[in-house]
Amino acid sequence: MAVETISKTPEVSLPISSDSITLRISRFNPKNDLSPIFAEFKVPIQKWTTVLEAILFVKQNLDHSVAVRYSCRQASCGSCGMRINGKPALACYTKISELNSNIVTVEPMHNFPIIRDLAVDFKQMFANHKKMKPYIIREDSEIASDTKEFLQTPEEVEKYLQFSYCIKCGLCNSACPTMATDESFIGPQGLAQAYRYVADNRDDGKKERLKIIDQSHGIWRCHFAGSCSHVCPKGVDPAMAIQLLRGYLLGFRK
Amino acid sequence: MRESIIMKIHYGTALGAVALVTIHILFRMTQNFSESLQYQNVIANYHLLPYALMLEVVLILLSVHGFNGLRVILLELKQGIVYEKLINYGSIGAMAALIAYGSRTILMAGMGMS
Ligand code: HEM
Ligand code: SF4
Ligand code: FES
Repeated sequence: MAVETISKTPEVSLPISSDSITLRISRFNPKNDLSPIFAEFKVPIQKWTTVLEAILFVKQNLDHSVAVRYSCRQASCGSCGMRINGKPALACYTKISELNSNIVTVEPMHNFPIIRDLAVDFKQMFANHKKMKPYIIREDSEIASDTKEFLQTPEEVEKYLQFSYCIKCGLCNSACPTMATDESFIGPQGLAQAYRYVADNRDDGKKERLKIIDQSHGIWRCHFAGSCSHVCPKGVDPAMAIQLLRGYLLGFRK
Repeated sequence: MRESIIMKIHYGTALGAVALVTIHILFRMTQNFSESLQYQNVIANYHLLPYALMLEVVLILLSVHGFNGLRVILLELKQGIVYEKLINYGSIGAMAALIAYGSRTILMAGMGMS
């Protein structure tokens, strides 16, 4: 792959820092380019500098045209997923110092169409997420007057709690080997959300959801590589959700 | 057909095959290997009706399992309405063809036509 080296050094006065790293950013605009190239930047870092901060330093001081998506900077919004030294991770939740390398390479997530540089298209993932009916389905409501909130015991909450931590960052889908070739596959993100609602005892939509995931590009296309659970930054275990959902479909669970 | 039913068949045929192939191997171990491959010994297997029937079942189980497995691989490799229809019906056709050809062999050997 061609490497374009941009040896711009920052002209602004920088925070006191003895260290610097080389940040290699994958640059690609599908409208104009045939293949991605890497642009290299020298970036000063401190012990607490995150990969996202290093990218934003480049945008502010060296090349403002780098495309990256971010918002919360605190692992909450799910915008900044990318491959950092080859591994899918949140840029705002990965410190440069924990990478143990003077060269940090950032590339867009696998298994998503690239919009530009590090920004990928989430349309399909969000559509699959919606297909799972990610809300409580039941006849009555807890918000109308003269109704009460639906109480749950701690044990009942525990059944789905970890799956409700999903921030839709797409890292699990990007790590999934099935998603690499099967673009119709629902993916670990959507399947984990299907389980999140199926396992919620306030919900009555189990039958509907099980029917949706029991399709030729549904739950059975998982072959338990487990990479989804390995990369999730929020401690969600989509691989387990998939196995638990299979339990319902195979009749081991009611 | 619902995918879960297909996959139940897939897992079921795998388990069934493990059981029957075990019996098959145990039978073969009653003789040493070269003896078990001698012409008259091979033919004798097919003349033993329960054993020939078991071989027929193994043939069906593994044809269904193997071609469904191949179908899954091909569906994950490429997508498209026409392509997927082709793969789905093609696998059923291939299963049927292999079962027919294998049954023909078992039947002919059983009736002493080889
Ligand atoms: C008798 C021992 C066997 C057992 C226990 C077994 C079990 C399995 C299981 C559990 C799967 C599903 C894997 C998954 O969904 O990730 C599978 C898939 C598959 N099997 Fe078998 N199988 C056996 C023999 C065979 C044989 C003899 C063939 C070839 C004729 C075969 C061909 C396939 C194929 C092509 C797949 C699809 C690949 C995949 O899904 O990973 N299997 N097998
Ligand atoms: S399950 Fe984890 S990795 Fe997947 S989208 Fe949700 S938060 Fe991201
Ligand atoms: S910027 Fe929101 S998760 Fe990283």
